[in-house]
Amino acid sequence: MAQTPKELILDPMVDNNPITLQVLGICSALAVTSSLQVAFVMALAVTAVTAFASMFISMIRNQIPGSIRIIVQMVIIASLVIVVDQVLKAYAFEISKTLSVFVGLIITNCIVMGRAEAFAMKNPPVASFIDGIGNGLGYGLILMLVGVIRELFGSGSLFGVTILETVNNGGWYVPNGLLLLPPSAFFVIGLLIWAFRAWKPEQVEERDYKIQVVEEH
Amino acid sequence: MGIRNFFDRIEPHFINGGKYEKFFPIYEMVESFLYTPKTVTKVAPHARSYVDMKRIMTYVVIATIPCILIGLYNVGFQTNTAMEVHSSSGWRIWLLDLLGVGFNPDNPIANFLHGLLYFLPIYIVTLVVGGIWEVIFATVRGHEVNEGFLVTSMLYALILPPSAPLWQVALGISFGVVIGKEVFGGTGKNFLNPALTGRAFLYFAYPAQMSGETIWTPVDGFSGATALSVSASDGFSELAARGIDWTSAFIGTIQGSIGETSTLACLIGLSFLLITKIANWRLVVGCLGGMIGFSLLLNWVGSDSNPMFAMPWYWHLVTGGFAFGLAFMVTEPVSASHTNVGRYIYGALIGFMVVMIRVINPAFPEGMMLAILFGNVFAPLIDYFVVQANIKRRAKRNA
Repeated sequence: MAQTPKELILDPMVDNNPITLQVLGICSALAVTSSLQVAFVMALAVTAVTAFASMFISMIRNQIPGSIRIIVQMVIIASLVIVVDQVLKAYAFEISKTLSVFVGLIITNCIVMGRAEAFAMKNPPVASFIDGIGNGLGYGLILMLVGVIRELFGSGSLFGVTILETVNNGGWYVPNGLLLLPPSAFFVIGLLIWAFRAWKPEQVEERDYKIQVVEEH
Repeated sequence: MGIRNFFDRIEPHFINGGKYEKFFPIYEMVESFLYTPKTVTKVAPHARSYVDMKRIMTYVVIATIPCILIGLYNVGFQTNTAMEVHSSSGWRIWLLDLLGVGFNPDNPIANFLHGLLYFLPIYIVTLVVGGIWEVIFATVRGHEVNEGFLVTSMLYALILPPSAPLWQVALGISFGVVIGKEVFGGTGKNFLNPALTGRAFLYFAYPAQMSGETIWTPVDGFSGATALSVSASDGFSELAARGIDWTSAFIGTIQGSIGETSTLACLIGLSFLLITKIANWRLVVGCLGGMIGFSLLLNWVGSDSNPMFAMPWYWHLVTGGFAFGLAFMVTEPVSASHTNVGRYIYGALIGFMVVMIRVINPAFPEGMMLAILFGNVFAPLIDYFVVQANIKRRAKRNA
């Protein structure tokens, strides 16, 4: 487990990405990626929660009784989510309204819980904090990629700035309405996973079975 | 046998170790399109049905011919009728003027040619774009390009509105072929119908060009709603006031996608598929049963606020894409259930869902596309339960 801080940050970006390799945190990736700005804030929120939750849990990891560790972890995560929610309401009210329940649902985001269980319970606080940052950023990276595709082709803009002038505003671009619907994120994330695995073939899972070839030339 | 000699001469370049071995799928595609595939079975069972995939796919294409013919006629008929009131221009008008066939809606040849000029660009774009995807995947993954794509492209072109923009046609077939079929491993491993997947993509991505009242007849300024959207918005009794009677809906001289308006043509195609045993009759019985049963139930329940409840089953049969979907998509063997009991359930589920979506869901006037995709998703689950039930029954019998 002797990973350098650099590895802890970079590993979850591509090689061990929480979304594309571990397929965690999908629900929020579907829900908040139709606009890049919202996706960006969500990525920051999840990064903050994962990092601090991992750090605090790691600090008290030797005091937590094994039988109730999940509950203790949940209490810490939930408190942090409430803090993040309040901060967003105070300083970014509009975005907070758009994100609505999805900030609260960070509590149930598998990435936060997963890092707490898999890393913070076995590693010192600083390493856990960095690991949390790394996984949050890995999640954020995919969120931003999906957000770019969905906002650019769905509404012709990036961060609300018009890039492709849509037909309704007198331009030429016919926006793709499917990309504004949550299911489209399934396709986009699926295609991203495909691209990642084509780039890094070691991520490809082994086949469960092989179809027998009966005919051949 | 000049062509055969030509193939025999160039074949060594394409098989393993040859100069162009990477392009073997392309060579194989052309060769097996013209001649019987030279494949031999390697492992048991060696007994093979003479109805191979090539024959199945070719038969389905043949079965769509009545739909194509009546569809082309109807597109031209609707366009020429609309042009009596609204003027229209463009290269089609120019070309038809040049040929001197005129725009008289009573002239079948003029109608047919006008329809052909709308269908051909859509079909060619579908073939070229989809074909390129097929060849790319076949080359990279080393599987065959087979006649299945001819079926997909034909069905896809027939379920589009004649005014569909060609770039959207290209995008839709790309989505259908790649997401609907190739990501799962190609022909025979697709759990969704690729043609419908592409059509559904367009429906949700570009609703302005894929639904509404102005798209079914490609004449500017003309507005003609499909029978289903008339019934959904103004009530089923409004159909007669718009001049849509059952016979015209059955023969297919109504508004709709290119190939789906004629129930008669679809039924001819379906009978061909049933006689040649390409289509399984259990699927058809299930689907008709589900549709008739549920619409009779809704007729009986009745509703004061929703006039669609009163729509009788024989109207459900002739409107929208029901007949087309029943003939060519419910019966598609790959995405349907594979057990005999499962086939009844699968068909009935689709029949039930069509009426459900048409009548009870106000967001979608037509439900066949969504119902079939819904059925596709459930087909493996249905099979699973049928097989499990069979295992349990036999275990009990032999216990």
